[in-house]
Order: sequence, then C-alpha cells, then structure tokens
Amino acid sequence: MSSLVFDRVTYSYPGAGTPALQDVSLRIEPGELCVLAGLSGHGKSTLLRAACGLAPHFYGGSFAGSVTVEGLDTREHPPSRLGALTGALFQDPETQLVMGSVRAELALVLENRGHSPAMVARGVEEVALALGIDHLLERSTRDLSGGEQQRVALGAALAGRPKVVLLDEPTSQLDPVAGDELIGLLRRLNQEWDTTILLCEHRLERCLAAADRAIAMHEGRVAHDGRPGDFLEWARDEAPALQTPGAKLFALSGLGPAPVGVKQARATLRSRGLLADGSEPPLAAPGVPAGSRAAGDGGAARLRRCLGFRGGGGEGVLLAVRGLWYEIPRGPAVLRGVDLVVEAGESIALMGRNGAGKSTLLRQAAGLLAPTRGKVEAAGRVALLLQNPNDYFLHERVAQEASLRALAAAGLEDLAERNPRDLSGGERQRLALAIVAGDGQRAPAGDKLLPGDVQLAEDRTDESDPPVVLALDEPTRGMDREAKAALAAELRRRAGSGQAVIVATHDPEFAAACADRAVLLADGRVIADGPVAELLAGGWYFSTETARILGGEGEALEPQAGARLLGERATALLLPSEGPAEHLRTVVQGGLE
Amino acid sequence: MMGDALFYRRLASPLHATRASVGAAWTIVLIAAALACESPLVLAALVGALVGAGAGAGVGRQVVRSLRMAAIVALPIVVVNVLVSRAGLTVFLRLGDLGPFGEGNLTLEALVYGAVIALKVALLMLATTLGSLTVDPDELLRGVRRLSFRSALTASLATRMIPVLAGDARRLAEAQRTRAPSSRRTRRILAAQGEPRGAVRGGVSARLGLPHAGACGESSLTRARTQVTLVSAILSFSLDRALDVAATLELRGFAEARRAQRRPIPWSRHDLAFVVSASSVAALAIGARLAGIAAFDVYPEITVGSATETLALAVALVAAILFPFADRKGIRP
Repeated sequence: MSSLVFDRVTYSYPGAGTPALQDVSLRIEPGELCVLAGLSGHGKSTLLRAACGLAPHFYGGSFAGSVTVEGLDTREHPPSRLGALTGALFQDPETQLVMGSVRAELALVLENRGHSPAMVARGVEEVALALGIDHLLERSTRDLSGGEQQRVALGAALAGRPKVVLLDEPTSQLDPVAGDELIGLLRRLNQEWDTTILLCEHRLERCLAAADRAIAMHEGRVAHDGRPGDFLEWARDEAPALQTPGAKLFALSGLGPAPVGVKQARATLRSRGLLADGSEPPLAAPGVPAGSRAAGDGGAARLRRCLGFRGGGGEGVLLAVRGLWYEIPRGPAVLRGVDLVVEAGESIALMGRNGAGKSTLLRQAAGLLAPTRGKVEAAGRVALLLQNPNDYFLHERVAQEASLRALAAAGLEDLAERNPRDLSGGERQRLALAIVAGDGQRAPAGDKLLPGDVQLAEDRTDESDPPVVLALDEPTRGMDREAKAALAAELRRRAGSGQAVIVATHDPEFAAACADRAVLLADGRVIADGPVAELLAGGWYFSTETARILGGEGEALEPQAGARLLGERATALLLPSEGPAEHLRTVVQGGLE
Repeated sequence: MMGDALFYRRLASPLHATRASVGAAWTIVLIAAALACESPLVLAALVGALVGAGAGAGVGRQVVRSLRMAAIVALPIVVVNVLVSRAGLTVFLRLGDLGPFGEGNLTLEALVYGAVIALKVALLMLATTLGSLTVDPDELLRGVRRLSFRSALTASLATRMIPVLAGDARRLAEAQRTRAPSSRRTRRILAAQGEPRGAVRGGVSARLGLPHAGACGESSLTRARTQVTLVSAILSFSLDRALDVAATLELRGFAEARRAQRRPIPWSRHDLAFVVSASSVAALAIGARLAGIAAFDVYPEITVGSATETLALAVALVAAILFPFADRKGIRP
C-alpha cells in the first residue's frame, strides 16, 4: 500500500480564480524521501495541506479527485484522525506551538492519543534528544528563538511517530549548521523508521542529496517527477531557477551529469582531472592564513583603521558600532563588545548561528534597542527591514503603503491596486523594502495620482530622507531562488549608489550574491570579519555549494566564478586536445564570453 | 512589556515548585480571604503579604507593577463612591444642590467604603497576577482536561493566543517604527504610538532628523484614525493566527483526543506547605468572620472592632501566607 496517493486532484481555495492544484496525480511509496520543488505560489504548500486533510476540511474551497494517506481517504477522514498518521510542520512555527512549555508541547499529541504517562515521558525525551532540544524542555515556548521554535514544532510533529511527515520549508529559519543537522535527522528517520517524508524546500542544495525523488510543481501541476539527478537535468533545460548551484556550475562548465550533492560533484571533477586526487577542502582560502581576519584583526582593528586614517571623523564611515554590549533586562548578554564599522558602498553579510546576536545588532543599529554599554553612531538614517514583511502592511491596497515613487523604485507600480497580502513572497519583500527605504526624494509636481486617493496625494508630496544604511534581517525567508536573485541585484544596486547594506542571513548563497564583506557572529561577539570570498570559501557550514565543490579554491563562491576557474584550470592542465578538460575549456570560454 | 509580565515562567521558588493544582487553590483562597475580610488594616496586611509572596516567588517586580495598575483602577472607585453614596453620616464637604442628583454631601463613610472596595479590587488583581506568574498553565490544563475536555481546549487556545497576539502587536508596532520617516502617514503612526522613532537612544532622533511625536502636529482625529488602522491590522492578524493555531490543534488530534491518563506525582513538602498555608488562611478568614473578629462596619457610621484582635488576625494571615516561602532548600527552576 502506498503511503500517499494523489489521484487527479484539483483544488481551489474559496474565492480563488485559479486552482492551486490542477489535476495532480502522485504516488509516494513507504519509506520514500521526496523533495517538493517549485517557485513560490506554484502549489507546494497546498499540496502538503491536501496531504494532511486541511484542504479542503479546514480551508474550504472546491476539491476534486482523491487523496489517500496510508489507505485513508482524506475526504472521509478529518485532519484530526489523519493526524495520527501524518506529522506536519508548516512555514510559521510560532503558530504551531500551542502550549506554554516545550515539554508540554511535545507531550500534547501523545496525551491526546491517551498514552500512559510513562509512554508520554519516554516519547518526549526521545524526540527531544533526537532533535537536540532536550536543553529546551523546561523553557517557555514564548522565549524561544525562531530556529528553536522551528525545531520544537518539528519535534511536536514527530512526537507521535507519524508514518508520513510533511514539511514546508523546515530549514528556512535555521542556520546552516542546524539546517544540515535537520536534514541528517530526516534522513535518519527515513532510513531507520521507514518514515515517508515529503519535504518542500527552496534551498534544494541542502536536501537533494538526501532525497530519493524530486517532484517539481509549476502552476499547480506536477511538472516533473523523478530521481534527483533526473530532476536537475530537467531543471537545466526547463526550469533554470530550480537548479542547485552545483548543477548550475556543471551546466556553465558543460559538464555532466548534474551533481545532486558536493560528493558527487567532486567525484566527477576528480574523474575528469579537474580536481587533484585526495585533495581536501582547505580550511582557509589559498594564500590567506586561517584566521587572519578573525576578531583580533576584525571589527576593532578595522574601526581603528577607519577612524584613525580619517582623523577620527571617517568621512566614508556611515555606521560605527563601538564596544557594544546588550543585556536583556535580568537576562543574558546578547551582544558582548561588538565593534563594527560600515563604510559607504559596502555590502555586508552578517552571519552566524541562531541566537548569535545578528538581529539584536541590527536593531541596535536602527535605534530600536538601547545599548547596555557602548555606542552606535550613524551618519544618517539606518533603515531596518524586519524579518516578516507582512508586519508592515496595514492597508488594503499597495498604493496606501508607500508612495508611488517608492513603488516605482521597487518595480511595484503596476501592483498599486492589489492587496499587499495577495502579493508573492518576493513582491511582499520588495514592498516592505520600499516602505522602510522610502523614495528618498520629493515627488515632482504633475505626477499622476490614482483617482480619489487623497491619502496617496498627501504622502506623495512628502520628502523622504534616504537611508545611509539599509539593514535587512533574514530577508530571504521563504523566498525562491528567482526572488532572491532579484533582491541581491537590488541590494547590489543600492550599495553601488553609495548606501551601505547589511544583511543578516543564514543563506551563504545569498550572502555570496549580495555581499562583498562577511561578518561572522558567535555568542554575541564578532569572531571573523573579512571579504565574503575569503570567509565563505573555506568553510564547512558557512560556505556556498560551489566553494564546497571546489574546496574553496580561487575563492570562487558562485557558479559563474567556479566555471571560470574550471575553464582556467582546464587550460592550464595542457591535456590532449580531445580530453575532457580541453572540451571544458572550450565550453566555459564560449559560455562566459 | 506588560503583556509579557503576566505569563508563567518557571523560576526557582517554593510556589513554582508546588504542583499547579495546589498553587491555583492557594491563589483562590487568597482571593476568597480578601473578599471575606472587611477591615482596612487586614486588607492592607493582605496586600503586603501578597507583595511579599511575589518577592518570595521571584516575581516581586511584576507584582509591584500590578499594584501600580491597581492603584490606577482604585482611585476612580473611591472617587465615584464618594460622589454617589448617600449612606454616610459624617459629611466632610458640602457641594450644595446638584439639581436632579440632590444634595452633594460627601461623607467620610463613603470615602472609607470606597477605599475598602478599592483594596479588595487591588487584592484581586494582585492574587490573579501572582497566580498567572507562578502556576504552570499546562499542568493545570492537563488536570482540567480530565474533567472537562472542551473547556480545557478553549482555555488552551486562549492562553496560547494571548502571548501570540501580544507578540504580533509588538512586532507590528516595531515594524511601524522602522518605516521611512517624514511621510505623513509615518508621523501619524509614530504619534499614535506615542513614541518617537529612535527614542530609546538619547539624541538619536535629533541627530538623524527624525520626526518627534510631540512635533508631529497631528490632530487627535488623525491619531485616532491611525490607532484604528493599527488595531484593525492587529485584529486581522489575530484572525489569521487563530486559524493557524486551530489548524495545528486539528492536526495534533484535539478533536479525536482521548481522556488523559492520571500522572501520579508524589506530594512534595512544598505542596504540603501550601496546602497548610491555604487551609490556615481559609480557617482564619472564615473563623474571624464567624466570630466577629476584626469587624468593620461603615454605614451609617464607621464602627471598628477590637484593634488588638484585628492586629492579631492581620499578623496571623501574613504569617500563614508567607511561611511556605521560608523553605527554599533544593529548589531548581
């Protein structure tokens, strides 16, 4: 019996014009780990909701076809009964924590099934140990960070030992270390308990290597269904936005087959003579001593350098953080003597594990929090874009949220009449960015007004102070690769125009795309500060897939740079003209030109 | 921050170490004692005892904050009672003929009675605050689930939704503080929040040229309109949140849930101490009431019982409430 069967399922949300799922047929066998890929708004989350019965039982709408979970038809069985077979984790973990303490949260599903207290205690202990959240058991669910909330919500979903686990971007709030650990845990659950897993994820490079199968969704339909390698081959031609960086590197280099993970990619490169046998990824980029830009030579030294060379004033310095401490009242210290200088035109990726202090540092920079000790000085306005763009939207129309000029700058002028909550993830993020950044200048007289919009007319005549520093807190959460690329380009443009950009992110690929400097925080301290290529090239966790494939060589972080490096290497190898490296050199040079 | 102040957090204190059912019962007895006693001296002693209990439980700051809130509530009670009550005989201020309201005679008895009611309201608020901060709601709900599952479900949802919505409101307000300055809408929002952007950092607003609430010059109508916008956004959020939480509960099998099995927990010395404390307080309050000790009548004229007996009762009640906090050995959060 199959774990999950979709048979010609078409589903529309109430009032929706087009179906969210269209004629979807799928069969997922017990013990399969499937990755669900696709751009935002193409039906991945809806498919998961249908798999656990929430669509249509909970969300309403029209439903045709059938979904069967472990033999139970979701039309005949409510989600509460299907909940005994499925464990689900959706995008926002905060609303999936319903009890006061972590222990009570994990125990809830077991207690609801009427298990004995001993069984409940054992179940709670085991799932907590498996997820590494045993230290959180007595904590209040209100006190958890985003990453901790996600792990606890996952624990609650797994506590009942479901046969089918449905996960909607479970790593979106996790740092690279926790994200990798989570994928490893899912693989273990899948292998040791034969749990069927359906995982929806944008960062495919994290999970594709662990998957048995990849399913691509496009406009509510299944666009591709096959093994991960086949999926990447398909994506190269049909959906380039779904390619992993490794697959893109190979595609740009004219190599094949598309690798589903770093190991396979390195093996292929080694077999083609493009990676020396037995070479291991260096701990630091070639020619750069490990730790040369670590804390001692990082923030404080940089601060001294900048201020010293500029007579203490530092004309190019837009933000200076000096000896910044922040302690939660009657709580722990979140920031411990942070020094950071941000200059005009710089684009900085602020990285570190969950709870390292990234968000707190950005809030300090924007003046939302007062330092316990130390100073934050800015040469002008520091605009901060908080994690959830929805928090900015107070009105029914996009035009009411920001001026036309700001909307035009964000490329949203055509959406002025839409409801902000109906926008895609990328569009919402751009709108929020327009709201916090403003338009930076007075709108010229005679600009076209939307009819009858007095409020808009008032706002359009205002002069908005352009920010000197733009800070973004985890802006790519839930974004697909296409939207991330657009945001990275926008941030690059802003940095190019003289603003400074600071982005707190867990996504090394995004950091590489948008930043030229990386600052690594740990336990409230700056532990490394340097060029992004230098910092991310040699890492295990804080590193891009391209860098991991190439072992950090040439400080190549992105597929384009990696392909260029491989082309140069192919040229340098002086292989016979018919050899693979010669072919690669030709392809890469042709492609890059 | 006020929202956060009323939520349970496990701390190292005898009251936190006590099982939830005993902690809740102890709190209810304190409320009952407050309602049973009439003497201002005894009520004042109970206020002191509750503040002391809060300090003993490690939540003194929140309890004192609650006392300040109670004072804000208490003042109108006293004023209204003085203005409305006509039952006293000792007039301390004559306001003359107030037309349809008759003679405006303010009496000492009405003032004292208002103060007694205000003290009782304050005690009610203090005891509720103390209970919210020290009684584990999850444990309590687990117990209630055995008795009435649906009620416990509703209570679960309510207790969970309050902090979630408080968090939403906080995040929304924070997001509005990060909007680009200078637009009129932003000024209105900042003014409605009553807080200038960057106010937490002295001088930052001025240095960055940011708008100041006081300088906004917005009419109260505009401020009210913006408040309504913010509140409606929070309400809209709350509906979405309620839907999400309900979906989660559905998937966790609440609708199909079976009766939870009893979890045997051995009685600790803290459990016993608070049981003795609750019993003593109840006995003292009821006994005093029946025996007419610390009697206090206000209308038509103030009559006070024996001062010695009243003082003795107050001391006994304070001792009965606070003695369990003396044993702090081996307590872990």
